[in-house]
Amino acid sequence: MNTAAATPQTHKPAAGGREEFAHDITGTVGRPFLEGKNTKFFCRGVNVFYTGDKQAIYDVSVDIGRNEVIAMIGPSGCGKSTFLRCLNRMNDTIAGCRVTGEINLDGEDIHAKEQDPVLLRARVGMVFQKPNPFPKSIYDNVAYGPRLHGLAANRAELDDIVEQSLTKAGLFKEVKDRLQTPGTGLSGGQQQRLCIARTIAVSPEVILMDEPTSALDPIATATIEELIDELRQSFTICIVTHSMQQAARISQRTAYFHLGKLVEVNDTKTVFTNPQHQLTENYITGRFG
Amino acid sequence: MDMNTTQHTSHQYNQELEDARSKLMTMGGLVETQVSNAIKALLERDSSLGERVSFSDYEINTMEVAIDEECAGIIARRQPAASDLRLLITIIKIITDLERIGDEAEKIGRYAVEMTESATAGDLHSSLRHLGEHVKIMMRDTLDALARLDVKQAMQVATNDQQVDAEFDSISRQLFTRMLEDPRNIKDSLNVTWCARSMERIGDHCKNICEYVIYLVKGKDVRHTNLEQVKDEILGVSTGSNR
Repeated sequence: MNTAAATPQTHKPAAGGREEFAHDITGTVGRPFLEGKNTKFFCRGVNVFYTGDKQAIYDVSVDIGRNEVIAMIGPSGCGKSTFLRCLNRMNDTIAGCRVTGEINLDGEDIHAKEQDPVLLRARVGMVFQKPNPFPKSIYDNVAYGPRLHGLAANRAELDDIVEQSLTKAGLFKEVKDRLQTPGTGLSGGQQQRLCIARTIAVSPEVILMDEPTSALDPIATATIEELIDELRQSFTICIVTHSMQQAARISQRTAYFHLGKLVEVNDTKTVFTNPQHQLTENYITGRFG
Repeated sequence: MDMNTTQHTSHQYNQELEDARSKLMTMGGLVETQVSNAIKALLERDSSLGERVSFSDYEINTMEVAIDEECAGIIARRQPAASDLRLLITIIKIITDLERIGDEAEKIGRYAVEMTESATAGDLHSSLRHLGEHVKIMMRDTLDALARLDVKQAMQVATNDQQVDAEFDSISRQLFTRMLEDPRNIKDSLNVTWCARSMERIGDHCKNICEYVIYLVKGKDVRHTNLEQVKDEILGVSTGSNR
């Protein structure tokens, strides 16, 4: 903020700016580790390669705490979604994708041979950007997972799970009289809450959310944000979002990714008032990126 | 740390922040002039200058309102974060202190008019002269630290406030003695006390502004802390950050 700064400067192209800073990223600043206190996910030295040894994320080490909402932010292509998908081995479904490093969920290696990815994904559920209800009734959408995993002994128990999940997702009141109508007939915000209900029906421990509100209007977004805060009581939530205000509103910790590297992890309040790394500062104040 | 306001992707945003900042500096300049004119009017027994000072305060008040409104507008429309947020918070806080400095200058101006009439006040002025000079320098250094975002200087000025407080105490003691010696001195002595008090308050506001400068640059709130104790932390070369 010196006087020379008063003259408007021409902007460097974003890509140029990013390349220039890329070499500055050495390790992660802030508070990436929880020192064993309430750690849900323990990630150390995670690398992801796509076909042809193209590396998507580099040496990411971070702890994710129990009952916390951690927001992953960063410019497009920075690896935040890729990292999120590591946490329930969704990357396994992509041909040629290779993940190295250590990821432990409650002290168990999620890549261990005896680990069944289907069961892992029941423990670590996922909600996507676009609401993707099955072309089935609202009831069957929610009942699908519990049926698959055999969580209900009889119809009454299943009814119970469906009702509780829809209630937790804040949707039950709106749909209780039309549980047998198609899930695809709901509004966008309702569909997304249906997807959240479907995710929580299998009693996961962690919910991964990849831009869950980017297709929704502000009111539906607010409902889901409110829901996320309530869900935090019972679950751990990792959310990838392009909206920095959303990250600021709902998360307790924020992780900033840049060019596949984890630049900074810190308490959300600190990240948004006094970030430690210049790249984080630039991104959240709207410079470059 | 990079406090450059001109690198946002949005040029309009750059412009808005720069505009708020430059208005702050303009207001600072205006207040500084008021303070030095008020002290000059007092020491040189210039009643017309004193009158001018006491009638110019409205300009500062108007600026305070305008800058507040501008900052509120930027916060509403841009949702600033990190250093931009700190800049706006700091501006809003600093203008409050500047406005109050303006009020103190106005008071000194009014006493200057009143005291030109008094014959006995002359020898009291010498003690005010030193305090006045000190406060003027403090004001100048504060605005300097603000313009250059110089944490070291801000720290220096904030620490120097103790000297102003000590000078004020010593003037008060002198005046007490004077009042005890001869009750006819009470009216003048009280006027001088009020002026010294206003100068001391200006010093306090300068200290506040310097603390905001430290917050703006370092992100650390040093209000109500012992500056000597946090000095190393604030001026430390690196806190392990990559800035």
